[in-house]
Amino acid sequence: MTHGYPKFTEFVGAATWKFLCDCADILAFTGELFAAACEAVRHPKKIRWRETLYYMDMCGSDAVPITLMICFLMGLILGFQGAVQMHKYGGDVYLAPLVGASIVKELGPLMVAIIATGRAGSSFAAEIGTMKVSEEIDAMMTMGFVPSRFLVIPKMIAMILVLPMLTAMGDAVGIIGGMLVANIKLGIPFEAYYNMTLWGVKPFYFFEGLTKSAVYAFIIASIGCMRGFEARTDAMGVGRAATSAVVTSIFLIAVADALLAFIFSSINES
Amino acid sequence: MREIVAEVKNLKAGYGNRVILENINFQVFKGEIFMILGGSGCGKSTLLKHMIGLYKPMSGDVIINGKSIVNTDGAGKREIMRSFGVTYQGGALFKSLTLTENISLPLEEYTGYPKDVIEKIAERKLELVGLDGFGDYMPSEISGGMAKRAGIARAMALDPELLFFDEPSAGLDPISSAKLDELILNLRNKTGTTMLIVTHELDSIFSVADRVIVLDRESKGIIASGKPAELLHESPNPFVREFLSRSDMKRKV
Repeated sequence: MTHGYPKFTEFVGAATWKFLCDCADILAFTGELFAAACEAVRHPKKIRWRETLYYMDMCGSDAVPITLMICFLMGLILGFQGAVQMHKYGGDVYLAPLVGASIVKELGPLMVAIIATGRAGSSFAAEIGTMKVSEEIDAMMTMGFVPSRFLVIPKMIAMILVLPMLTAMGDAVGIIGGMLVANIKLGIPFEAYYNMTLWGVKPFYFFEGLTKSAVYAFIIASIGCMRGFEARTDAMGVGRAATSAVVTSIFLIAVADALLAFIFSSINES
Repeated sequence: MREIVAEVKNLKAGYGNRVILENINFQVFKGEIFMILGGSGCGKSTLLKHMIGLYKPMSGDVIINGKSIVNTDGAGKREIMRSFGVTYQGGALFKSLTLTENISLPLEEYTGYPKDVIEKIAERKLELVGLDGFGDYMPSEISGGMAKRAGIARAMALDPELLFFDEPSAGLDPISSAKLDELILNLRNKTGTTMLIVTHELDSIFSVADRVIVLDRESKGIIASGKPAELLHESPNPFVREFLSRSDMKRKV
């Protein structure tokens, strides 16, 4: 039994060290990214706009059907669960603000970010990882280029522009999902539901949701690219990088969500 | 006295705590074709990656055109990197760009030439490597040999004085490999570019190299250096004589 303790301590120590190293890497990469972003702001002509448009298409328009479908279902489920509970206490009329506020403030940005992590974050990691395997990153570096300016900035701009747009669309269909359930299950007319949504969902909630969405976009693009750069050049390297990009991004999105929820609720109260 | 283009001084290199190479010293002179030879796993590519600044050595220095690539960082290091070209084993072309766009990229970044001039230069570089008419092709649409030639064209985009080649013949059939050797010789003769080639291809040694060094995995260092023909007969190291005689025999056959 006593042999277990040193092993456990060793395991905890190694895991902690790995976590701290990971945090340091993320900080260093964020710093590099910040320098690349400053360079891009100073020389906007040097931004690879063609690639940026390609990624906007890939992360944005290509993702519209799945995003809308999932957000609609989310609204439907939330509406259904809410309707059952609200009806018990005679609060049918408050279903619209419940669904609206939950989707606009939390679930919309979160669901869209999770979909984007699965689609774009993993794809960024795999793309850069494959470029690393085929020595394209080395070629870029020996040509005197800063890879982050070439490979990360277009993805970052695309994500930050596109994710809030997707979120706004997701919010709208999510509310429609809730509206359908309210009409079918509780018999609330569409107009009444609409008016109650306007009453319960304040413009500030949209600002909160879209700001969160932009922050999530930054996390997804930067972590996806960072894991790609870190990919090992063996057979499993790219797969691991993609998996790690998804896991780390979702973890950081949850952390950011908690922080932003606290900040926004403080602002709202004051 | 011959002008030195690249110099490696007391280089000790490896990965983590594992030493792959130590006490490496040699010079590359202007206009010559210099080959780094050795069996698999002796550290040829490791040496190349340290020379081109992708890795920092454990100790020692690499001087390119009079400047230390080891002791320079940031913009200064990128400036040194721009003064040479590198061609990689698989060509390392950017897959999302056409061949013309691949070659145009460094020109767009560093020259400020108008677009039509850049396209003309890119076309000329493709001509130089025998790929005229392939400018609009994507890297996925051409063969491995063509990708390597396109990689050479891209590496020569800024007319560097020094070109590094990492295993240029790897994965090519003997005819394509011989053609690539011919191309390297022609380019050197036409442009006067200094070439440093890492290879274990026996065929290339006598037909292309002016001088060679031979690396050894056991001793982690250079076991022979000089002209291939001289080393074939005069090297005191039996491994070197055998290595080169197999190449010579193959060439004669």
